[in-house]
Amino acid sequence: MAIVKLSTLAAGESGVIAALHAEDELYHRLAAMGFRIGKRVEILRLGRFSGPLHLRIGATDLMLRRSDANKIDVTAE
Amino acid sequence: MKRIALLGMPNTGKSTFFNRITGASSRTGNWPGVTVDLLGAKILLGGAMVEIVDLPGIYDLHGFSDDEQVVRHFLENNSVDQVLIVLNTSQIERQLSLVLQVKQLGLPAILLLNMADEAKKFGITVDPGKMSEMLGLPVVLLSAKYGTGYQNAYQLLGRMLEKSAPVRLDHLKELLSQDDRVEFEMDRVLKSTVQVPAQLSDNLTSRLDRILLHPWLGLPLFFLVMYLTFQAIFLFGKPLQDGVTWILDTFRHAALEPFFAHFPSVLKGLLLDGIYNGVGTVATFVPIIILFFLFMAIIEDTGYLSRAAFLMDALMSRLGLDGRSFVMLLMGFGCNVPALMGTRVMRTRSLRLLTMLVIPFSLCSARLQVFIFITAAIFSPKAAPLVLFSLYLFSFATALLTAVLFKKQYASSEPFILEVPPYRFPTLRQMLLRGWHEVRHFLNRASKFIVAGVVLVWLLTHFPTDVPPASAHTLAGMIGSAFSPLLDPIGINQQLAIALIFGFVAKEIVIGSLAVIYGMQGQGLMALMAHQLDWVQAYSFMLFTLIYTPCLSTIATLRSESKSNAFMLLSIIWSLGLAWLISFVFYQGARALGY
Repeated sequence: MAIVKLSTLAAGESGVIAALHAEDELYHRLAAMGFRIGKRVEILRLGRFSGPLHLRIGATDLMLRRSDANKIDVTAE
Repeated sequence: MKRIALLGMPNTGKSTFFNRITGASSRTGNWPGVTVDLLGAKILLGGAMVEIVDLPGIYDLHGFSDDEQVVRHFLENNSVDQVLIVLNTSQIERQLSLVLQVKQLGLPAILLLNMADEAKKFGITVDPGKMSEMLGLPVVLLSAKYGTGYQNAYQLLGRMLEKSAPVRLDHLKELLSQDDRVEFEMDRVLKSTVQVPAQLSDNLTSRLDRILLHPWLGLPLFFLVMYLTFQAIFLFGKPLQDGVTWILDTFRHAALEPFFAHFPSVLKGLLLDGIYNGVGTVATFVPIIILFFLFMAIIEDTGYLSRAAFLMDALMSRLGLDGRSFVMLLMGFGCNVPALMGTRVMRTRSLRLLTMLVIPFSLCSARLQVFIFITAAIFSPKAAPLVLFSLYLFSFATALLTAVLFKKQYASSEPFILEVPPYRFPTLRQMLLRGWHEVRHFLNRASKFIVAGVVLVWLLTHFPTDVPPASAHTLAGMIGSAFSPLLDPIGINQQLAIALIFGFVAKEIVIGSLAVIYGMQGQGLMALMAHQLDWVQAYSFMLFTLIYTPCLSTIATLRSESKSNAFMLLSIIWSLGLAWLISFVFYQGARALGY
């Protein structure tokens, strides 16, 4: 199973968080939203014109920009 | 008096709970150590008066945002007898961290698991008894929206307060050092008290999102929803407005004029033509304002605004803004002041400043009433909604233009993470309470300015007394002619110039002051204006009104939120300059084309 960036997943795909390469501020926000190593993330849809990712982690739906999703490594499922 | 602090993450229904427990009695107030106003109320609980304070929604007690600092400073500078933590039960998996942080601080707390009804629909079950035992604090399941579990919470709060003692914290951050410990505790509590299904059921929200967030249909649908909302406000508001106008006219002719018949003419003029006409003209807009706030509250409470942020983020990011800026821009359509304050959720100063520079271009409800009046006076009933819609487009266009021009000065790379809550339909009670709060706020603000404004306009247009009112030789006329070299090229005559000057204080005064300047109200004023102005002049006036500085409150808020006089000045000068330029291009262009 390959480790890829979260931003490379397509709509409907999911992955398990392997690493967070986020600076302090982003790391805090992600942690508060439930991003932790070992958590499963599902991509619900991708925004048009390289808009944000609409994703589900646990029972929370949220949106995240592709540039920020670049900093999250996942093991693709 | 004992003090209760209400704490919770954003989107947990904390405010709904606050409204339910305080009724409509809440007031904003100042608190030691905190630079922003917080909503608070005094309520009778268990035979004693207690004070309850609604703290801003936060994710984390040691986060970096302004709101998180406000909460920390509040707890460091004010003693608290009891903390009520409101969590969204569906998201307990991650929200429990806030409870454990509060526990670390040693604050006496009660945990309210809100939206229990929604969690049940998702198949999430919680064992409150077990959780209470493991956390060492009372836990209550609740639905603030429908009121279930509310009595339990209320009684429990009363009992807890009887034996509580005030706690005040110093150096809050030092007490919160062990993140790993919180994570470990969280896993331990969650494992034995909460059950979450492996896959959330494919519910209504997913089905609605498939349509409303559709790659191609999403944006057109969003603009359609907005357009229909404004149409509906017009459709339902116009008959109500006509009704209020009729009542005010009839009352004046049947009761006030006979009563004041023998008063000195100056006093009679001031009271009837000044205050009554001025305030009355503004009063006719109250039904439309109420409808506007009601519809906006519904759209906001359903969760559609965060979808709007999703749809617009791709565009906004190219303008140096983000989806939240767009939502604040939309909130600005109600009133710019709360929208400016809402930018506190942004952590990067440059992103905040750029958003604050853009918000004053939002066509707020006070400007809306000016435009409704003038479009009704000058344009046909068929054209009026289109004219109004075009002004909304101008509002967006000037905002976007401003962002593009200033994005280099205010560049930022703030991460953009936003929750997308499930769709919720607010209850009738929620809608009415929300609408009432907004309208009360509007009336409080407006009534102060309006009475003072219309009196001042009346004095300026009636002194000196030996010349015809509002003519070139009155004080107002002189001010108008002083500005004419600047305003003639954009088609704004002396009477309108006075209205514009007063509009600088508050747009609520503009129509009231026109009523005083022309000495007429309602239908009479509309007919006179239609006679004196053509559509090009009227539209130029509306463009200027739309784009120049919204009001003194907005300016004051810009200053207090940015803590910079230079930024405030930039905002004023830029909007005045842009307003003049656009009106000039429009007016001269339309005239050149032969209109």
